[in-house]
Amino acid sequence: MAAEARLPGFPVDRANTTGREPLGDPEEIPELSEVDCPDQLRETIETLMDRYPDKDSSEGYKSAAIPALWAVQRTYGWCTPQGIRQAAAVMRVTPAYLESVASFYDLLRQSPAGNHQVLVCTNISCWMRGADGLLDAFCREAGADRDLAGHGGAVSADGEILVSGFECMGSCDLAPMASIDERYFGPLDEGDAETVIEQLRRGEDPVPAKALSERDLPGGDRESDDERVTSDKGPNR
Amino acid sequence: MSGETVDRAGAVKETRVLLRHAQDPAMATIDGYRSYGGYETLERTLRDQEPDEIVNELEDSGLRGRGGAGFPMGKKVSFLPRGSQAKYLCCNADESEPGAFKDRELIQRNPHQLIEGIVISAFSGEIGHAFIFIRGEYDQQADILDRAVAEAYEAGYLGRNILGSGYDLELVVHRGAGAYICGEETALLDALEGKRGNPRLKPPFPAVQGLYGGPTLINNVETLSNVPHVVANGAEWFRSFGTEQSPGTKVVSISGCVGRPGNYEVELGVNLRDFVFSLGGGMLEGRELKALYPGGSSSPVLTADEIDLPYSFEAMAEAGSMLGSGSIIVADDSVSIPHMALRTARFYHHESCGKCSPCREGTNWTVKMLERVVRGEATPMDLDIISSVQQNIIGHCLCVLGDSMAMPVGAMVKKYREEFEQVIAAGAMQGFPGEAGREAQADGSAAGDPDAGPEAAERVRLVGRPLPEGPQEVTHG
Repeated sequence: MAAEARLPGFPVDRANTTGREPLGDPEEIPELSEVDCPDQLRETIETLMDRYPDKDSSEGYKSAAIPALWAVQRTYGWCTPQGIRQAAAVMRVTPAYLESVASFYDLLRQSPAGNHQVLVCTNISCWMRGADGLLDAFCREAGADRDLAGHGGAVSADGEILVSGFECMGSCDLAPMASIDERYFGPLDEGDAETVIEQLRRGEDPVPAKALSERDLPGGDRESDDERVTSDKGPNR
Repeated sequence: MSGETVDRAGAVKETRVLLRHAQDPAMATIDGYRSYGGYETLERTLRDQEPDEIVNELEDSGLRGRGGAGFPMGKKVSFLPRGSQAKYLCCNADESEPGAFKDRELIQRNPHQLIEGIVISAFSGEIGHAFIFIRGEYDQQADILDRAVAEAYEAGYLGRNILGSGYDLELVVHRGAGAYICGEETALLDALEGKRGNPRLKPPFPAVQGLYGGPTLINNVETLSNVPHVVANGAEWFRSFGTEQSPGTKVVSISGCVGRPGNYEVELGVNLRDFVFSLGGGMLEGRELKALYPGGSSSPVLTADEIDLPYSFEAMAEAGSMLGSGSIIVADDSVSIPHMALRTARFYHHESCGKCSPCREGTNWTVKMLERVVRGEATPMDLDIISSVQQNIIGHCLCVLGDSMAMPVGAMVKKYREEFEQVIAAGAMQGFPGEAGREAQADGSAAGDPDAGPEAAERVRLVGRPLPEGPQEVTHG
């Protein structure tokens, strides 16, 4: 669907319309009956809203906005305009409000994101250990555009895998690392990129031996023999 | 320098308090944690102690915030008004500072230590609602926390009338969705309220007016994880670790060009150089130390000559840098400082929320100017402009994100100006050990290719080095 100017004769502002064509008026709270929200999504969002103390406030239930958008993304693979309208109807906020929130956060995607997501850290520590080459390799193997991958993410030609360069994900000890379907792996070399992409395409778990959960503390299991630590008080004794 | 690794091996030993028994996978479960004495402190506290006693103990202990600013934890609690009004506690687990990954380790290996710390801290401030704001990327860790919180509810350590004491506390794990700025305390509050994560004007400080307008206590994961230990063993015990002004132990993350990157828990005040060359595993084969960020990417870099210092809040501040979140990123002689400055600036440019101009425009123009530098299109005068831009960012923003770029970039331009000038003079990075330079050196030819032109310069990057495989021991020497 091509974007159309909201006022006839005026140019289309791409910055305002890229990737998300508004359905209906974004500034009006849609009715639940008109958005065809799946029951499961509605129940999930309602449970989320109940967790926050602002549920009784007069300004509405906004605290659940980010978790609700996560729920939309889990349901549809990305924050679709339709999904955003459904969440807005359940939360009684405008779709425009949820869009404004979704567009702020890097992990909430507003365009199709494939069935698998590979986020490659390109920040300082990973860069020092070869992250740029790793991102190149993932793009090559997946068939994703390298330039786009470095600027917000690129989906492979077959629409299966999203590859994206990403800022520090808090695992510099695994450098160079990648988050593959929300699990951390590293250190990865360019050969691993090929393996990972093949495994994802076959529906297997990627490089299990390089998972973060397989890693021990770098200092080993030698405990402190310091008397202050071993004295018989407090937790961790 | 590889000889140095051997000389200094064993110079610094770990002192595991928070990470004690963390190798045991059972520690992540409530039964495992209890088998090591977990939650006993909470039981005793709720039974025998008054909130004020805990606040006093925390103040006496001198426990300083482990998230970056180093503000005394006890003082923060004491700022909260007393009484039964709606007050909130937010645990800041939005660890997004490049180089920092200690909270990930603490959550993953010992989530109940954090929960116990939260309950005790909330009790000391008479707080009824607590949140753990965990960054969206930490999905696995959020799952672990969800499970741990459910276990704690079931065991009666959370919820209504905790252990029959009449004290109520609700704890919610709230996942972020990928924004560095949400680690800033007021932006975190906005994100928790379901908004875009924009920092707020201070004052009012969160202790007066925070989440939903109520008084709010915000502390880092590591700070709160320290609380059960301080309360169980007393302030004097806590002060027996570390230095006068920086008591306690610290989980230090070390990464970059070192042999054994990872988290190590040491007493504050250990020698920084010794730490890098013993626990950190020293430099990689044949490399020399060039510079390091002592406290995450926001801290001004220290040169190789400047690191014979105690690793403490006060010594780092005296050296013109900061301890920050305790995250050391090491650069060896293969790393180009102008490129490192560009990576750093790009990160802050990407993460700037855009609310105030010095940061939004300053990060943007710094990136553009540094790109000109590494492309060889700059003049030495541009370095003065870069420095002056940094000076005009510092202290002029709502929050410290702008400063966090300005401080390290400013320090790099100041301390490595010669290298910046060389890069500029060399035009398309000829002769510099970037990608083109390094590959040329590897086959014995002259460094760099004078005819490579701007295309090659665009592609100048560091050559990646894979980490050694298997258990990483100090092998070079």
